[in-house]
Parts: sequence; C-alpha cells; structure tokens
Amino acid sequence: MTASRTYDAIVIGGGHNGLVNGAYLAKSGLRTLILERRHLVGGAAITEELMPGFHFTTFSYAVSLLRPDIIHELDLVKHGYFPLLMPHSFAPADDGGHITLSKDRNLTIQEISRHSRRDADAYDQYGHDMAQIVQALKPLFDSVPPNLFSGQAEDALALADLAKHLKGLPQRVLHNIVRLLTGSAADFLDDYFEGELLKGLLSSSGIIGTKVGPRSQGSGVVLLFHNMGEQDGVFGNWGFHKGGNGGLTQVLARAAQAYGAEIKLEAAVSQVLTTNGRTTGVVLADGTELHAPVVVSALDPRRTFLELVEPRELPEDLVENIQRYKFQGTSSKVNFALDGLPEFPGLDGTQFRGFTNIAPSMDYLERAFDEAKYGWYSSKPYLDCCIQSTIDPDMAPAGKHVMSCFTHYTPYKLKGGDWDTERDNLGDTVQRRLEELFPGFSKLVLRREVVTPLDIERTVGLSEGNIFAGELMSPQLYFFRPAPGWNQYRTPIHGYYQCGSGTHPGGCVTGGPGRLASQQIVSDLARSGPAAGAAAGG
Amino acid sequence: MIRTTPFHERLAPLNRTGLWQHWSGHLAAVKYQMDDKFEYFAVRNAAGIIDTSPLYKYRITGHDAEAFLAGVLTRDIRACRDGQAQYTLWCDDSGHIVEDGVVFRFSNDHFLLTSAEPNLAWFSDRIGRQRVLIEDVSAQYGSLALQGPRSRGILAGLDDSVGGLGFFHHGPAKIGGAAVNVSRTGYTGDLGYEVWVEADDANAVFDAIVDASAGQGVIPVGMSALLMLRIEAGLVLIDVDFHSSRFAYTDEERTTPIELGFGWMLKDVATTDRAFIGRDAIRRELADGTSRWRMVGLKVDWQDWDRRYRAEGIIPPKDEHPIVWEMMLYDDDMERVGYTTSFMYSPALQRHIAMARVRPHLARPGSRVHLEVTINHRYQTVACEVARPPLFNPARKTASATPAIASAITSAGASA
Ligand SMILES: Cc1cc2nc3c(=O)[nH]c(=O)nc-3n(C[C@H](O)[C@H](O)[C@H](O)COP(=O)(O)OP(=O)(O)OC[C@H]3O[C@@H](n4cnc5c(N)ncnc54)[C@H](O)[C@@H]3O)c2cc1C
Repeated sequence: MTASRTYDAIVIGGGHNGLVNGAYLAKSGLRTLILERRHLVGGAAITEELMPGFHFTTFSYAVSLLRPDIIHELDLVKHGYFPLLMPHSFAPADDGGHITLSKDRNLTIQEISRHSRRDADAYDQYGHDMAQIVQALKPLFDSVPPNLFSGQAEDALALADLAKHLKGLPQRVLHNIVRLLTGSAADFLDDYFEGELLKGLLSSSGIIGTKVGPRSQGSGVVLLFHNMGEQDGVFGNWGFHKGGNGGLTQVLARAAQAYGAEIKLEAAVSQVLTTNGRTTGVVLADGTELHAPVVVSALDPRRTFLELVEPRELPEDLVENIQRYKFQGTSSKVNFALDGLPEFPGLDGTQFRGFTNIAPSMDYLERAFDEAKYGWYSSKPYLDCCIQSTIDPDMAPAGKHVMSCFTHYTPYKLKGGDWDTERDNLGDTVQRRLEELFPGFSKLVLRREVVTPLDIERTVGLSEGNIFAGELMSPQLYFFRPAPGWNQYRTPIHGYYQCGSGTHPGGCVTGGPGRLASQQIVSDLARSGPAAGAAAGG
Repeated sequence: MIRTTPFHERLAPLNRTGLWQHWSGHLAAVKYQMDDKFEYFAVRNAAGIIDTSPLYKYRITGHDAEAFLAGVLTRDIRACRDGQAQYTLWCDDSGHIVEDGVVFRFSNDHFLLTSAEPNLAWFSDRIGRQRVLIEDVSAQYGSLALQGPRSRGILAGLDDSVGGLGFFHHGPAKIGGAAVNVSRTGYTGDLGYEVWVEADDANAVFDAIVDASAGQGVIPVGMSALLMLRIEAGLVLIDVDFHSSRFAYTDEERTTPIELGFGWMLKDVATTDRAFIGRDAIRRELADGTSRWRMVGLKVDWQDWDRRYRAEGIIPPKDEHPIVWEMMLYDDDMERVGYTTSFMYSPALQRHIAMARVRPHLARPGSRVHLEVTINHRYQTVACEVARPPLFNPARKTASATPAIASAITSAGASA
C-alpha cells in the first residue's frame, strides 16, 4: 500500500540501532520508515515466549552500554524503560569453591578476602582505575569520531580536540588505556589480582563474543568495552531490562512510533536503489519499491556494503577492507526453562541471583579457547548464565524459572562438522557442564533452546553469527570501524548511511551507532542535503 | 525497653543486616538486606512487605463522630463514604498544618485515623460537648503493607474481595483464618494495600501473605527503601517536608495546606458552610493571595548535572538515598526562590528528582529553577524543571484491574 508513498528517510533493519536511529530521525522531523525483515523488531535484542509463561531472551540478555543520552533524549522512561539491578556475580568452581561479588561493597570485600586478602583493596583500586578510564573515554564513545583520512578542516579540528583531550589525561589513565587497547586482559588483571577464581570471573569480560583467550593480545580492549557501560551512574555495572532486552526494544519501538516513525514488519530489503551515485530508495524482497533521499542501513558492514549495494560501485579499498573485516562469530546461547532453582552444594539459590559465571580460572578460559582455535567448540565451555526470573518475576510462572546461558567458544566454522548436526550436542555439552556444578540440574529442565552462531546468522542476519556485527578489536574500532575513512556513518553513495553495530562505538545494546548516525544525517541535511563520505584516502 | 511490633517475631529473623531504627517507639528495620535498592525495586517490579505498625491509630466513635471530624479535619469527611478512606490534614486556627494522616470511614459513627505523631490530646481537647469517643488503639493493631504490581493478585488470591477494592477503599477480609481489614492505601505511590490486623493474629496473617507470595519476587522492605519510594510518589513526610504548626517556633517553619500543595482538598472552601479549624485563615490566604510557597516536584536536568560534575573531574553521583535537608533554589536572576525538602536520584525515572517549595509564580510545570549543589567544595547550580507531583505515577496505582502481565513483555512486533 505504501509503494507510491515517499519518505524522507528509510532505515533498513529494526534492530535496536535501527529503532534508535529511526526514532531520532523522526524526532528531527523526517518522515521515517523502519523496515524489518522479521515478524518482530529487536534483532539480537528480543524476548520470546517459547513456552506459555516462559520468556526467553533468545540472544542478548543484559544491558549496560545503552547510552544514557538516549534514555533522556528519546524520553524512554515514558515508554516503559525500566532497568533492574542484578544482585550478584557468582562464580562457582569444580572443587566446591565459589566467589560472589555483590552490589554491597563490604560484602564483596569480605568475599574476596576469603580467597585473597590483598585482592580486596586491589579490587577497589581496579574499580577506581577502570572508572577513570571510562570517564576519560566516554566523550569519545558518545561522539562521531573524526575521519583521519579526509583532509577536511572539520576533521583536522576534531583531531586537534582529540589530541588535546588525550593530552589532558593523567599519565596513568592514558597509559592504562593504551595497555587495554593493545594488550591482554590477563596482563592487565595480573597486575592487580592473585585469586584464580576472581581473575577467571573478571577476565571473562575480555573474551565475550570474541575469538580471543584472556591471554591473547586484544582481549584487553574487549574487557574495556564491557566496562564502558553504566547503570544509575555506576560504570561497568550490568543490569536487566524489565522483560529482557526484548522489553527494551519494545520500548524503543514505542518511542520511535511516538515520534512519528513508521515500522513495517516482514519487509526484507533486497537492494538499495542508486542512480548516479545517489540513493533513491530500496527494493523489498517482494519487489516493492520505496523511495527516499536518505537510506540508512542498520545491518552489519558486510551486508551494508557487499550485499545491499553493488560492490563494483564502491571504491576498491573500501570493498577490500570490508572483505577482510573480521566476523568469526564464536558465541552461542543455550536457554532453559526450569522447574525450580538449581542448587550449588552448600548454597541456596538466593545466593546466586544475577549472573553465574562459569570460568573458575583464566586457565579454564584458555583451555576452552584452545579447542576453538583448532576449529571445534569447547568441551568445557565458558558460560555466562543468568536466571532472569529471579530478577524479574514476570519472566516465568511463579516458582518456575528461565535461565539464559551465553556460551563461548563455539566457532562459526567448525572443522569437519556443521552446526545443524552439532546443535543438540552443544546443548548437551552445556547441560552436562551445568549438571557438574549444579547436581540435579538436568532434572529441572523443562525446555531447552540452543542458538548456534549459524542460527544467529540465519535469524538475525549478523554475518558469521558475530554478536557485535564484527569483532571489537582495535583495528576495527573508532577510526577504523567499519573501515578506515568510513567511520562517520556515511558511505560513498550520496544519502546512503550506516548505523549498525559495525559502526562506532560498536556492538552490544548501546544505541550509540543509531544515535550518532542520526546526528550525522541531520547535520548533513541541514547543510547541503544527503551526503556521501568525504573522499577517503588509503 | 524499645517495643517491637506484632510482626517482629516474623520479620526479625529476615533482617540480615542487624540494622534497626526507632519509629514511634518501635523497632523498625532500616533494611533487610545489605543493598536496600533491591527492596526499592521489589516494590516497583513485584511487591514488598512493609511493617507499618508503628503508626498511631485512633478509633473515633460516637453519635457525633462525623460532625466532629468534619469540624477538625481540613478535608471534608462527609464526602468520604463508608468503606472509603481519605488522606487528610488538620490545621490550627491560623490555617497552618498540624499534621496529616489517613482516616478510614466504617460508618458515620465509626472512624479510624492514623498519624505519624501522637495526637490524642489535640483531638480530645477539641471534642467539647460532642458525643465522641477517641481511643488510642495503636497497640491493639498491627498493619502490614503489601505494595507493588503483584500485591493485588496475591491478596485477591487469599480473599477475592480484595481484588475489587478501589483506590482508597477498604473492607473486611479473611486472611490466614483471621478477620482483617484491607485498605487500598500505602506510602509508595504504587498499586498497594495495607492489611490491618489484631495484634494476636499478626503471625497467621504474615504467614499467609508470605506463602501466597512465594516465587513472585516478594521481599520485606525496610524504612530506607520506603523513604525512597515515597519521594517518587510525592508523599510528604512530617519533620522533613513540613513541620507541625503545634511545635513550630516561627511562622517560617509553618506551612499552610495551599502552600504544601493541598489546594485540591479545599476547592469549596470559599463557599462551604462547614466550619472547620483554620477555615477562615485559609479563606483569607486565598482571597489575599498571601501564600508564600507552592510545593512542587522538580526534575533535575540530567545533562546539566552530569556536565557540571564531569567538568570538575568527578563521576556524577546518582545515589537513590534521599537527601532530606534543604538545598537552595534560584531563579534565572539568581534570586533565592525556594528550597528542596526531599531530594534523590530516582532509578525508575533515571534522573534526580526533588520535592521542593518555590515561590508561587514559579509553580507552573515547566518553570525553570536552579538547584544549588556543592562540587569540589564550591557552590554550583544545576538546572531543574518544575513538574507536577507525583513524578512517578503508574496507571496501576489507581486502575481497577491489573493489566495482563504478559503485555509488558510481549514479543509481538510493534506494528504490522
Ligand atoms: C547471542 C547474543 C548475545 C548477546 N548478548 C548481549 C548482551 O547480553 N548485552 C549486550 O549489550 N549485547 C549483547 N549482544 C550484542 C547485541 O545484542 C548486538 O550487538 C546488538 O543487538 C546489535 O544490534 P543492531 O541493531 O546493531 O543489529 P541487529 O540486532 O542485528 O539488527 C539488525 C536487524 O535487521 C534485520 N534485517 C536483517 N536483514 C534485513 C533486511 N535485508 N531487510 C530488513 N531487515 C533486515 C534483522 O532481522 C534485525 O532485526 C549479544 C548478541 C548475541 C547474538
């Protein structure tokens, strides 16, 4: 019915970034259409009722990085934004040992001291150092990065500002930033801590979603990234949105609609229309053409540059950079419906509400990584579990529970196997691991859902199942996300923009790409109409 | 020896912090777990159990009970029907507030009045020749509040008559085998109820409610979280947001109902034939426009808040624990135009908020004022917007039926 209707802007993909982008564009007065391939919005941030009363966070399962500006600028509270606190991070070990970090600092100090007395104040020091780092990087995280290669005056100014900002940082903070951007999570954490259990727990943040072990160079930046978020002003804190991340994306959809954006479901875009280097709209899979002078891709860079448009129309170096941009998804999800709370010997279930981190040491993580290096999934995987119904009772019927288990390492490309065959075996591997730590676990299982990297790619469209739409490694961040010279949301095609997690600041439920891209679009339109990227060198 | 409430036997073992405070001569838990923010969230997202027994409770009976209350209470009790309750005030002759409380009407000769402070002498001294009996029944009854979105389902499961109670209605019910009175009232600004029980029935009632709540995220909630919730709800607290005129030394310390935001109770004050204490002074205040203040809500400009702290190299504090001493407010010309009485970071609203008094010309929602804070030991101001309280006001608070739980987290698409 909308075939003849024209829009000011069309956003491709109703993931959280597409929704954020569309909401801002609509708020700025543009007639905006958001096109989503699936029957629901949210992309990798959805909640599905797979069994009556049991709500599964199919993919992403916790929030922290959602940019605070978005909460207020899009008036999300009015639309139901409601982040809940995670009570604990609990890390069990196979010998019956365990450590629990709580929201209460004194309890945490006591608990850490049980394992190592020196780690107690080291933990405070680590928290303080991290907070300073985050504070220093936040302005960079929340603004359009300068283009190193454009040669334009405004980029030169932005670079000068950046240099000034960095020069103004205390030496220790700047040095820590460099250590994290280039080094390993293990090297960084070893300087503070001696307790294996604590280091296993903290270094897990350095491997999430990425094909690295805690001792690999590069895990430092992943660790940093997972500390960049905040909840109620506490940096690095992870919470749970009411109703899961699907609850959050429903809030974003309501906000977008309240600003006037139109959302069309089951509308897959097959092609972005271009004439003379300008975009004119999109073609849907059913052949419908929709027109707009601005088209924004909220998909990952491979789809944005190599699938939706004709790569031959793009500069060769850009195509080459996107071709060698690393996805190599390595994460899966195993979600359970449970008949009751699992029990850890000697503890009752109220003591590990919140996250349960299965990585009793950095060695454990490295061994789990080893198998992935050689093309198979870990026989004893890293698991980041959360019994979400203990935080939000609306997730499951009274007395019953849902448990989300983020599972790592499960490489997208299996050597000598495929995920359609291995799906259930992976589920068994995870369940066996949980049974080892929580005897009787399997008896509680009412239903199990296994989501492999292949399923992530098929269902959400994230290439190779990479949860961040491309790895969060220094060569793919800031100046270089998704490619050198193309880090300002523009593309070589006039009016064609990008706003997915493959753009700055990157993956996770941040909304940052959607927001910053909208700023770029709106300021381009105010100046001279839909723009193309400045000629990128290199 | 400090007294304990009828629910103490059950609640004491649940307090894992060892922290207690004194509330009207009773032990009251500050919090039950180390981090009281979870108690706050329980009320906003599931339900919390709050022991409110230390409130003073006065039974007012007798042939002239209604007439008596119509003459001493600021709000017209005659508009309250049997089975309803009213939030109300009482003032002195000069039109200043003595105190506030909730009055429950059972019939025209039977009421129960609650208050935070003792008031037996004040009311008794005003009976005169009316046929009224006022008894302090504070120790006879316990009250247990169940507050939060799950409260209705849980209590209606125990006695379905509760499910039909309207906002500020009350009625008899049977819980845990005991005859109780349940009111749809509370101090949290959420959907919630208070269960009024004979002290001897406290354990049975408590056990029944706890059993019915199992697996639903319901936990006991202490004073600390309660005092966060009430600020979001815009509910005033004596000795914090106002002071009793009875014990004030200067008129500066005193407040009128209009100034405290209760003009809505007095819509007909100019014409009413009801003679009540303070009426004439209130009429004069309205006629002459002499109100000095208006109670308003404040929403702090969060970006300005963050900017000011960050510029000083400090991580912007976002602490849900209330600040209940005055913080000054200025207008654009930096004239002092008011002060906050209660201030906090609201996790539900994701910003700092306050209950405040401003000069009447700034009371309109949207007016801008500047809040004084100290950052790095220097005074700075942060922009705020005046808003109409309550700042947190979910539809469920007054709605007659709980919206289906699933609708909040539906996985269905936003539009087709
Ligand atoms: C298993 C898993 C667990 C994760 N856990 C967390 C977590 O706990 N916390 C966190 O912060 N982050 C987590 N992440 C990362 C985070 O979820 C993602 O980085 C983020 O949701 C990506 O959002 P996006 O909007 O950029 O892209 P997507 O969510 O990928 O959205 C893209 C959308 O485009 C649609 N689409 C695709 N092709 C087309 C087309 N041709 N036409 C129209 N529409 C199309 C898709 O259906 C999808 O809805 C996780 C990711 C995964 C996969």
